[in-house]
Amino acid sequence: MSARLVFLGRLADLSGPLVVAPGPLAAVALPEGVLGPRVRLALNGVLVDAVGLVLADGDELAFLPPVSGG
Amino acid sequence: MLADVRLLEEAFDPGAALGSFSALPDAGGIVSFLGQVRGGGGDAGSVEAGSVEALELQHYAPLTLPAMQALAERALSRWVLGGLLVWHRVGVMTPGQPIVLVAAAARHRRDAFEAVDYIMDHLKSDSWFWKRELRDGQWHWIEPRDQDVADHARWGD
Repeated sequence: MSARLVFLGRLADLSGPLVVAPGPLAAVALPEGVLGPRVRLALNGVLVDAVGLVLADGDELAFLPPVSGG
Repeated sequence: MLADVRLLEEAFDPGAALGSFSALPDAGGIVSFLGQVRGGGGDAGSVEAGSVEALELQHYAPLTLPAMQALAERALSRWVLGGLLVWHRVGVMTPGQPIVLVAAAARHRRDAFEAVDYIMDHLKSDSWFWKRELRDGQWHWIEPRDQDVADHARWGD
């Protein structure tokens, strides 16, 4: 029973992917700096809010910093 | 009409892509934009920043291509187009290599100009890419410039 956390862009410099126990995100000891007002979250490819988020077995939660393409 | 939207892991030939695209029979005009890796000071924009040795575009598979396809669909619904091509590289590129090619075909030029402008503004600051440059042997993350954010905001979506 586990969920996976992945960190994109500059957040990948702070942490590689993490495997955590299912449950409330608030109970997960996250690497410092991966959450912030400009970081968005995607749960299994769908954008979500961190508030009240609960991870289930097999979930992938992505931490998405500001983007830059083109 | 379906858009040709691709996320490319390997280098592509923009001339060949446009050659095929321009064969569309109903196009009165075709507008294209090619973005490529610049040398010099890179996105940091200063000589002091050092020359760009390489650029890397990262993406997140569950989001990036689906969002590019949705962006193309929005452009198709907003302008009258006979064809639309949106190709974007990911991975490591060197100066002079193409990063992004956007082309629109329309019966009248204004639709094509605006559609390409719209897509590029959204690819720059509202699509799921993360860009970094290698300068003086060190990687530096690049965020959208204020101008990129303002360019995106003018479309109101």
